[in-house]
Amino acid sequence: MIDPVLPGADSARTPPPAPVRLSYRDAVREALRAALRADPRVFLMGEDVGRYGGSYAVSKGLLEEFGPERIRDTPLSESAFVGAGIGAALGGLRPIVEIMTVNFSLLALDQIMNNAASYCHMSGGQLAVGLVIRLATGAGRQLAAQHSHSLEGWYAHIPGLRIVVPATIDDARFMLAAALACPDPVLLFEHAALYNAEGDLTPGLAAVDIDHAAVRRPGHDATVITYGGSLPKCLAAAASLAAGGIEVEVLDLRTLRPLDDAAIVASVRRTRRAVIVDEGWRSGSLAAEVTTRIVEQAFYDLEAPVERVCTAEVPIPYAKHLEDAALPSPERIVDAVRRVVGGDGSG
Amino acid sequence: MNAPAAGPAGREHGLALLRGMLRIRAFEDRCYQLYGERKIRGFLHLYNGEEAVAVGAMRALDAGDAIVATYREHGHALARGVPMDRVMAELYGKQSGCSRGRGGSMHLFDVAKRFYGGNAIVAAGLPVAVGLALAQKLRREPAITACFFGDGAVAEGEFHESLNLAALWRLPVLFLCENNRYAMGTALDRTEAETDIAAKARGYRIDAAAVDGMDVFAVEAAVGRAAAAIRGGAGPALLELRTYRFRAHSMFDPQLYRDKSEVEAWQRKGPLITLTTRLKAEGLITEDDFRRLEAEASAEVDAAVAFAESAPWEPVADLARFVYAERSA
Repeated sequence: MIDPVLPGADSARTPPPAPVRLSYRDAVREALRAALRADPRVFLMGEDVGRYGGSYAVSKGLLEEFGPERIRDTPLSESAFVGAGIGAALGGLRPIVEIMTVNFSLLALDQIMNNAASYCHMSGGQLAVGLVIRLATGAGRQLAAQHSHSLEGWYAHIPGLRIVVPATIDDARFMLAAALACPDPVLLFEHAALYNAEGDLTPGLAAVDIDHAAVRRPGHDATVITYGGSLPKCLAAAASLAAGGIEVEVLDLRTLRPLDDAAIVASVRRTRRAVIVDEGWRSGSLAAEVTTRIVEQAFYDLEAPVERVCTAEVPIPYAKHLEDAALPSPERIVDAVRRVVGGDGSG
Repeated sequence: MNAPAAGPAGREHGLALLRGMLRIRAFEDRCYQLYGERKIRGFLHLYNGEEAVAVGAMRALDAGDAIVATYREHGHALARGVPMDRVMAELYGKQSGCSRGRGGSMHLFDVAKRFYGGNAIVAAGLPVAVGLALAQKLRREPAITACFFGDGAVAEGEFHESLNLAALWRLPVLFLCENNRYAMGTALDRTEAETDIAAKARGYRIDAAAVDGMDVFAVEAAVGRAAAAIRGGAGPALLELRTYRFRAHSMFDPQLYRDKSEVEAWQRKGPLITLTTRLKAEGLITEDDFRRLEAEASAEVDAAVAFAESAPWEPVADLARFVYAERSA
């Protein structure tokens, strides 16, 4: 059943339910609102989440609905408020901590890695840090080198964390609840370029998991493996390739740690070709990890070397043409797919 | 130091404090020996000289209060009631250890005792303590959170961020700074422009005082007063507990940074000597009492060592357990 607070939901109650069209931003806001309504232990804290309405307007209106105790503006003290989220989780609450931009999360890296990711293990399983950290990630808005990076692959290196990346309206709406139901620290990365994206919420959908990758477009000539803000680029590339007779399968990883090896390997065994699209830097990237797993588990099924489309290894520049050149684009994805399928595209 | 004089409320009170401090001293001395025998490995930070802080503070706190401690936390764990045999087994790295052998000396945990570590990143326990206190406040619990840290922590940003946040949100947290004068080998006045730690806290509108950390009665009284005020809704407080570490920072420290004469001077006013002398002078205990408590502490340590020696090792097959929470069926 669609959450009754969604716009248009009242008229959707009678079957067949009409799809609800909303933005990624609205979907995240509805996810927050539903979580706050469902569980009195849930609260949101971070910089400018309350009176300002959230730096990307995600939490706009929540302060008025839930009050300052549960929509909690913090000082610019990332380490303190992330650590406070850890302590509040240990104390029996279900905090959602918002970090305005992934680059700012480095000020809290000590808490995220040394405490949140380590407490369960180093206490012999006594402590469970049921904390959700939401972070805006990614480039594309000319914000230069201190507001544009994609560090989710970097965080996916750390045992003890779960890394989830909603790329669709459905996942933006429902991944938060799955993250809150998880007893482990979950970092939920929202690509800032997706907030204005609009789409239909799947009618009747009430929940999603945070354990499995999802095929977003079926195909047989190659597998394009991606996540987050790169998914729309991959789907655009797939449509363009289809016009030329190449049908690629687009696999959305959804969760970067733990990786859904089974889904990756199953798709690559079918298509025998893989292109990984990752907005992180290439060296030591999530794309490198996915490539390695394919090579380890499906080497003899491959018909072509694995290709990667990653961000150029520069701090993200300001100028539009330079930023565009640094990032994965549908054109670069198309070129990479053409290389793995060979000149005639027949496979 | 502005704490008024405090003293024993009677023979049993005096004996309880002395027993608590002797247990820690006996435990730490045996750890030193066991390290030489290679039974305990890794980093080992001993608490000799600082026993009055943990014992006085824990006695003044309630069982429901949350405790966050540092990597020099054997004394806090023992004074809190974490069983000595489980602590020793942890130092051995055994499955029966209070962190199942995954933490070691620096990461003792016991959730049943609300003992949240065992934190070895200097000052990183403070934000967690603020969060525990936030949960206590939002859940309307009567409990408070006591957070121990050293003088070295006041140079970290997390100290300042945490004090500000606790004061801003009027959280029930008691910051307990164990000022033993050295951050590893660096004296406070070599790293801090303002060495008055209580003054820093007042800069965040936090009630703060310095206390003689070698006097267990002074510690107990000050912590008790502060905890009562916090429980009454006064917001956070900070106590600077002035103490001294008798042994090296860790087992790898040749102590080039301080003179033997300085250590000896502090040892002459050590917490055990002053407490014992005072209790005898006031006619509350006899030398026989002291010897009996010392023998009991020694026997408890013997039993803890025997427990740790015979405790099983965690199977290597279980190496990857507890990276994520195990959901009960």
